[in-house]
Amino acid sequence: MEFKKRKRTLPEIPTASMADIAFLLLIFFLVTTTIDVDTGIGMVLPPRLDENIEPPPIKERNLLKILVNEQGQVLLEDLPSSVTLIRETVKKHVMNNGVDLMYSESPNRALVSIKTARQTPYSAYVDVLDEVWMAYFEVWDIEARAIGYPDYESYVATLSDDGEDTNAIREKYKAQISIAEPDAEAPAS
Amino acid sequence: MPGHFTKKEKKKPEIPTASMPDIIFILLCFFMVTTVMRDTSIMVRLKLPQAEALTKIDQKRLISYVYVGPEKLDGNKIGETGIQIDDALVDEVTNVRTIMYAKLVEQPKLIVSLRVDEISEMGIVLDVQQELREAGTLRINYSTKRFVVL
Repeated sequence: MEFKKRKRTLPEIPTASMADIAFLLLIFFLVTTTIDVDTGIGMVLPPRLDENIEPPPIKERNLLKILVNEQGQVLLEDLPSSVTLIRETVKKHVMNNGVDLMYSESPNRALVSIKTARQTPYSAYVDVLDEVWMAYFEVWDIEARAIGYPDYESYVATLSDDGEDTNAIREKYKAQISIAEPDAEAPAS
Repeated sequence: MPGHFTKKEKKKPEIPTASMPDIIFILLCFFMVTTVMRDTSIMVRLKLPQAEALTKIDQKRLISYVYVGPEKLDGNKIGETGIQIDDALVDEVTNVRTIMYAKLVEQPKLIVSLRVDEISEMGIVLDVQQELREAGTLRINYSTKRFVVL
Protein backbone atom coordinates (compact mmCIF):
# COMPACT_ATOMS: atom_id res chain seq x y z
CA MET A 1 0.00 0.00 0.00
CA GLU A 2 2.07 2.83 -1.27
CA PHE A 3 -0.66 5.42 -0.93
CA LYS A 4 -1.53 4.59 2.58
CA LYS A 5 -1.81 7.64 4.67
CA ARG A 6 0.86 8.20 7.25
CA LYS A 7 -0.09 8.64 10.81
CA ARG A 8 -0.89 12.24 11.54
CA THR A 9 1.37 14.02 13.92
CA LEU A 10 -0.70 17.06 14.91
CA PRO A 11 -4.15 18.02 13.67
CA GLU A 12 -3.90 21.47 12.12
CA ILE A 13 -6.50 24.16 12.48
CA PRO A 14 -7.91 24.90 9.05
CA THR A 15 -6.95 28.38 7.98
CA ALA A 16 -9.13 28.53 4.90
CA SER A 17 -11.96 30.14 6.81
CA MET A 18 -9.72 32.86 8.19
CA ALA A 19 -10.16 34.81 5.01
CA ASP A 20 -13.92 34.68 5.40
CA ILE A 21 -13.72 35.82 8.99
CA ALA A 22 -11.52 38.75 8.00
CA PHE A 23 -13.86 39.56 5.14
CA LEU A 24 -16.79 39.64 7.52
CA LEU A 25 -14.88 41.99 9.81
CA LEU A 26 -14.01 44.21 6.88
CA ILE A 27 -17.61 44.35 5.72
CA PHE A 28 -18.78 44.98 9.26
CA PHE A 29 -16.50 48.00 9.60
CA LEU A 30 -17.36 49.29 6.16
CA VAL A 31 -21.08 49.09 6.88
CA THR A 32 -20.93 50.58 10.34
CA THR A 33 -18.89 53.55 9.20
CA THR A 34 -21.31 54.42 6.40
CA ILE A 35 -24.45 53.82 8.49
CA ASP A 36 -23.30 56.47 10.91
CA VAL A 37 -24.37 59.27 8.57
CA ASP A 38 -25.46 62.56 9.91
CA THR A 39 -28.81 62.24 11.58
CA GLY A 40 -30.79 65.16 12.73
CA ILE A 41 -33.91 67.21 12.54
CA GLY A 42 -34.26 68.82 9.15
CA MET A 43 -35.74 72.27 8.80
CA VAL A 44 -36.11 74.85 6.10
CA LEU A 45 -35.57 78.42 7.17
CA PRO A 46 -37.88 81.09 5.84
CA PRO A 47 -36.26 83.26 3.18
CA ARG A 48 -35.01 86.68 4.09
CA LEU A 49 -37.84 89.04 4.79
CA ASP A 50 -38.51 91.78 2.37
CA GLU A 51 -39.03 95.03 4.23
CA ASN A 52 -41.70 96.19 1.80
CA ILE A 53 -43.89 93.12 1.91
CA GLU A 54 -46.12 92.62 4.88
CA PRO A 55 -46.21 89.06 6.19
CA PRO A 56 -49.56 87.45 5.43
CA PRO A 57 -52.04 87.62 8.28
CA ILE A 58 -52.52 84.43 10.23
CA LYS A 59 -55.65 83.62 12.12
CA GLU A 60 -55.11 83.15 15.80
CA ARG A 61 -56.75 79.73 15.83
CA ASN A 62 -54.42 78.39 13.13
CA LEU A 63 -51.36 79.22 15.15
CA LEU A 64 -50.20 76.99 17.96
CA LYS A 65 -47.81 78.95 20.08
CA ILE A 66 -45.13 77.21 22.07
CA LEU A 67 -42.90 79.28 24.28
CA VAL A 68 -39.78 77.90 25.94
CA ASN A 69 -38.22 79.98 28.67
CA GLU A 70 -34.71 80.14 30.13
CA GLN A 71 -35.33 77.23 32.47
CA GLY A 72 -36.71 75.04 29.71
CA GLN A 73 -40.28 75.42 30.94
CA VAL A 74 -42.99 75.32 28.33
CA LEU A 75 -45.90 77.63 27.76
CA LEU A 76 -48.43 76.10 25.38
CA GLU A 77 -50.98 78.60 24.05
CA ASP A 78 -50.14 80.85 27.01
CA LEU A 79 -50.79 78.11 29.52
CA PRO A 80 -48.04 76.45 31.56
CA SER A 81 -47.56 72.97 30.23
CA SER A 82 -44.91 70.30 29.87
CA VAL A 83 -42.85 68.92 27.01
CA THR A 84 -44.68 65.60 27.09
CA LEU A 85 -48.03 67.28 26.38
CA ILE A 86 -46.83 68.97 23.20
CA ARG A 87 -47.17 65.92 20.97
CA GLU A 88 -50.85 65.32 21.65
CA THR A 89 -51.68 69.00 21.39
CA VAL A 90 -49.93 69.37 18.05
CA LYS A 91 -51.69 66.27 16.72
CA LYS A 92 -55.03 67.66 17.83
CA HIS A 93 -54.15 71.00 16.30
CA VAL A 94 -53.14 69.58 12.91
CA MET A 95 -55.93 67.03 12.56
CA ASN A 96 -58.62 69.30 13.88
CA ASN A 97 -60.15 70.15 10.47
CA GLY A 98 -62.13 73.01 11.93
CA VAL A 99 -63.95 71.01 14.60
CA ASP A 100 -62.59 72.64 17.73
CA LEU A 101 -62.58 76.43 17.68
CA MET A 102 -59.34 76.46 19.65
CA TYR A 103 -57.39 74.60 16.97
CA SER A 104 -56.68 74.88 13.27
CA GLU A 105 -59.21 75.18 10.45
CA SER A 106 -57.47 72.70 8.17
CA PRO A 107 -54.16 70.79 8.15
CA ASN A 108 -52.58 73.00 5.51
CA ARG A 109 -53.36 76.12 7.51
CA ALA A 110 -52.09 74.74 10.78
CA LEU A 111 -48.96 76.47 11.98
CA VAL A 112 -46.78 75.70 14.93
CA SER A 113 -44.66 78.49 16.29
CA ILE A 114 -41.77 77.86 18.64
CA LYS A 115 -40.42 80.82 20.48
CA THR A 116 -37.49 80.76 22.81
CA ALA A 117 -35.63 83.23 24.92
CA ARG A 118 -32.02 83.99 24.07
CA GLN A 119 -30.87 82.18 27.19
CA THR A 120 -32.91 79.03 26.56
CA PRO A 121 -30.62 76.02 26.47
CA TYR A 122 -30.37 74.44 23.03
CA SER A 123 -31.28 71.02 24.42
CA ALA A 124 -34.63 72.33 25.68
CA TYR A 125 -35.38 73.75 22.24
CA VAL A 126 -34.45 70.48 20.54
CA ASP A 127 -36.68 68.54 22.94
CA VAL A 128 -39.63 70.74 22.02
CA LEU A 129 -38.88 70.65 18.30
CA ASP A 130 -38.51 66.88 18.48
CA GLU A 131 -41.94 66.52 20.06
CA VAL A 132 -43.50 68.68 17.35
CA TRP A 133 -41.87 66.61 14.62
CA MET A 134 -42.90 63.38 16.33
CA ALA A 135 -46.47 64.66 16.31
CA TYR A 136 -46.23 65.17 12.54
CA PHE A 137 -44.69 61.73 12.09
CA GLU A 138 -47.61 60.24 14.00
CA VAL A 139 -50.08 62.19 11.91
CA TRP A 140 -48.40 60.88 8.75
CA ASP A 141 -48.55 57.38 10.17
CA ILE A 142 -52.28 57.69 10.79
CA GLU A 143 -52.82 59.03 7.27
CA ALA A 144 -50.74 56.24 5.73
CA ARG A 145 -52.84 53.64 7.54
CA ALA A 146 -55.99 55.35 6.37
CA ILE A 147 -55.00 54.91 2.74
CA GLY A 148 -54.02 51.29 3.17
CA TYR A 149 -50.33 51.14 4.05
CA PRO A 150 -49.09 49.42 7.20
CA ASP A 151 -47.23 52.59 8.22
CA TYR A 152 -45.73 55.80 6.89
CA GLU A 153 -42.30 54.22 6.32
CA SER A 154 -43.70 51.69 3.89
CA TYR A 155 -45.54 54.45 2.06
CA VAL A 156 -42.30 56.38 1.63
CA ALA A 157 -40.63 53.18 0.39
CA THR A 158 -43.09 53.06 -2.53
CA LEU A 159 -41.94 56.47 -3.75
CA SER A 160 -39.05 56.63 -6.15
CA ASP A 161 -35.68 57.60 -4.76
CA ASP A 162 -34.95 60.48 -7.09
CA GLY A 163 -37.65 62.59 -5.47
CA GLU A 164 -39.82 62.80 -8.58
CA ASP A 165 -42.88 61.33 -6.93
CA THR A 166 -44.48 63.79 -4.63
CA ASN A 167 -45.05 62.61 -1.14
CA ALA A 168 -48.81 63.13 -0.98
CA ILE A 169 -49.07 62.54 2.75
CA ARG A 170 -46.41 65.10 3.52
CA GLU A 171 -48.10 67.54 1.18
CA LYS A 172 -51.48 67.06 2.80
CA TYR A 173 -50.18 67.42 6.33
CA LYS A 174 -47.36 69.78 5.68
CA ALA A 175 -45.19 70.41 8.68
CA GLN A 176 -45.26 74.15 9.09
CA ILE A 177 -43.06 75.05 11.99
CA SER A 178 -41.87 78.56 12.49
CA ILE A 179 -39.05 79.56 14.75
CA ALA A 180 -39.91 82.91 16.19
CA GLU A 181 -37.36 85.50 17.13
CA PRO A 182 -37.12 86.12 20.85
CA ASP A 183 -38.62 89.29 22.19
CA ALA A 184 -36.30 92.25 22.40
CA GLU A 185 -34.38 91.90 25.59
CA ALA A 186 -35.16 94.17 28.46
CA PRO A 187 -32.34 96.66 28.99
CA ALA A 188 -29.92 95.43 31.56
CA SER A 189 -30.51 97.22 34.82
CA MET B 1 -11.39 -1.70 4.96
CA PRO B 2 -8.01 -0.88 3.50
CA GLY B 3 -9.48 1.19 0.68
CA HIS B 4 -10.88 3.68 3.10
CA PHE B 5 -7.50 4.91 4.15
CA THR B 6 -5.85 5.10 0.76
CA LYS B 7 -5.16 8.55 -0.50
CA LYS B 8 -7.33 9.67 -3.35
CA GLU B 9 -5.85 10.88 -6.56
CA LYS B 10 -4.17 14.25 -6.22
CA LYS B 11 -6.19 17.21 -7.42
CA LYS B 12 -4.84 20.21 -9.29
CA PRO B 13 -2.46 22.39 -7.26
CA GLU B 14 -4.39 25.10 -5.50
CA ILE B 15 -3.36 28.68 -4.85
CA PRO B 16 -2.47 28.95 -1.19
CA THR B 17 -5.14 30.89 0.66
CA ALA B 18 -3.24 31.18 3.92
CA SER B 19 -2.11 34.74 3.18
CA MET B 20 -5.60 35.91 2.22
CA PRO B 21 -6.54 36.93 5.76
CA ASP B 22 -3.38 39.00 6.02
CA ILE B 23 -4.16 40.85 2.81
CA ILE B 24 -7.69 41.54 3.99
CA PHE B 25 -6.47 42.60 7.40
CA ILE B 26 -4.20 45.11 5.73
CA LEU B 27 -7.17 46.40 3.73
CA LEU B 28 -9.19 46.60 6.92
CA CYS B 29 -6.47 48.57 8.67
CA PHE B 30 -6.12 50.85 5.67
CA PHE B 31 -9.82 51.71 5.71
CA MET B 32 -9.86 52.24 9.44
CA VAL B 33 -6.87 54.57 9.32
CA THR B 34 -8.09 56.62 6.36
CA THR B 35 -11.53 57.21 7.86
CA VAL B 36 -9.97 58.65 11.00
CA MET B 37 -7.59 60.86 9.08
CA ARG B 38 -10.29 62.56 7.06
CA ASP B 39 -12.00 63.96 10.15
CA THR B 40 -11.55 67.64 10.77
CA SER B 41 -10.35 68.56 14.19
CA ILE B 42 -13.14 70.21 16.08
CA MET B 43 -12.17 73.01 18.35
CA VAL B 44 -15.41 73.26 20.24
CA ARG B 45 -16.93 70.76 22.60
CA LEU B 46 -19.82 68.90 21.02
CA LYS B 47 -22.23 66.96 23.09
CA LEU B 48 -25.16 66.65 20.75
CA PRO B 49 -28.67 66.55 22.12
CA GLN B 50 -30.82 63.48 21.67
CA ALA B 51 -33.99 63.32 19.63
CA GLU B 52 -36.49 60.82 18.30
CA ALA B 53 -37.77 62.39 15.10
CA LEU B 54 -34.65 61.85 13.06
CA THR B 55 -34.05 62.01 9.36
CA LYS B 56 -30.94 60.76 7.69
CA ILE B 57 -29.02 62.76 5.17
CA ASP B 58 -27.65 60.39 2.61
CA GLN B 59 -26.02 62.92 0.30
CA LYS B 60 -22.97 63.61 2.35
CA ARG B 61 -21.39 65.85 -0.25
CA LEU B 62 -24.22 68.37 0.10
CA ILE B 63 -23.58 68.87 3.77
CA SER B 64 -21.58 71.68 5.24
CA TYR B 65 -21.07 71.72 8.97
CA VAL B 66 -21.32 74.58 11.39
CA TYR B 67 -20.11 73.73 14.87
CA VAL B 68 -21.32 75.72 17.84
CA GLY B 69 -20.20 74.98 21.36
CA PRO B 70 -17.91 76.01 24.18
CA GLU B 71 -14.34 76.22 22.99
CA LYS B 72 -12.01 73.50 24.14
CA LEU B 73 -9.16 74.79 26.24
CA ASP B 74 -6.07 73.11 27.65
CA GLY B 75 -6.58 70.69 30.45
CA ASN B 76 -10.15 69.62 29.71
CA LYS B 77 -11.51 73.07 30.39
CA ILE B 78 -14.09 74.77 28.28
CA GLY B 79 -14.31 78.45 27.50
CA GLU B 80 -16.60 80.85 25.73
CA THR B 81 -19.03 79.68 23.11
CA GLY B 82 -17.46 79.62 19.69
CA ILE B 83 -18.54 78.97 16.13
CA GLN B 84 -16.44 76.82 13.85
CA ILE B 85 -16.79 76.29 10.12
CA ASP B 86 -14.44 73.84 8.41
CA ASP B 87 -11.12 74.09 10.22
CA ALA B 88 -11.24 77.52 11.73
CA LEU B 89 -13.15 79.34 14.40
CA VAL B 90 -15.26 82.23 13.24
CA ASP B 91 -14.69 85.39 15.26
CA GLU B 92 -17.75 87.35 14.25
CA VAL B 93 -21.18 85.88 13.68
CA THR B 94 -21.57 88.11 10.63
CA ASN B 95 -18.67 86.26 8.95
CA VAL B 96 -20.89 83.20 8.76
CA ARG B 97 -22.88 84.93 6.04
CA THR B 98 -19.95 85.44 3.65
CA ILE B 99 -18.52 81.96 4.22
CA MET B 100 -21.84 80.22 3.72
CA TYR B 101 -22.72 82.34 0.71
CA ALA B 102 -19.47 81.29 -0.98
CA LYS B 103 -20.32 77.66 -0.24
CA LEU B 104 -23.83 78.08 -1.61
CA VAL B 105 -22.49 79.42 -4.90
CA GLU B 106 -20.35 76.29 -5.19
CA GLN B 107 -23.12 73.91 -4.21
CA PRO B 108 -26.63 75.29 -4.77
CA LYS B 109 -28.26 72.36 -3.00
CA LEU B 110 -26.28 72.95 0.16
CA ILE B 111 -27.57 71.59 3.45
CA VAL B 112 -26.15 73.20 6.54
CA SER B 113 -25.82 70.85 9.42
CA LEU B 114 -25.82 72.67 12.72
CA ARG B 115 -23.84 70.68 15.22
CA VAL B 116 -24.61 72.49 18.41
CA ASP B 117 -23.59 71.51 21.90
CA GLU B 118 -26.57 70.94 24.14
CA ILE B 119 -25.58 73.53 26.71
CA SER B 120 -25.33 76.33 24.16
CA GLU B 121 -27.86 79.10 24.44
CA MET B 122 -30.49 79.68 21.79
CA GLY B 123 -29.28 83.25 21.26
CA ILE B 124 -26.19 82.25 19.33
CA VAL B 125 -28.07 79.55 17.40
CA LEU B 126 -30.67 82.09 16.33
CA ASP B 127 -27.92 84.52 15.34
CA VAL B 128 -26.32 81.87 13.15
CA GLN B 129 -29.70 81.02 11.65
CA GLN B 130 -30.30 84.68 10.90
CA GLU B 131 -26.98 84.81 9.07
CA LEU B 132 -27.87 81.68 7.13
CA ARG B 133 -31.12 83.28 6.06
CA GLU B 134 -29.21 86.30 4.86
CA ALA B 135 -26.80 84.07 2.96
CA GLY B 136 -29.70 82.18 1.43
CA THR B 137 -28.72 78.74 2.77
CA LEU B 138 -32.16 77.79 3.95
CA ARG B 139 -31.94 74.04 4.26
CA ILE B 140 -30.63 73.29 7.69
CA ASN B 141 -30.39 70.28 9.89
CA TYR B 142 -30.06 70.18 13.66
CA SER B 143 -27.64 67.39 14.22
CA THR B 144 -28.89 65.14 16.98
CA LYS B 145 -28.14 61.72 18.35
CA ARG B 146 -30.68 58.95 18.41
CA PHE B 147 -32.63 58.97 21.63
CA VAL B 148 -31.45 56.16 23.89
CA VAL B 149 -33.51 55.03 26.84
CA LEU B 150 -31.16 54.45 29.72
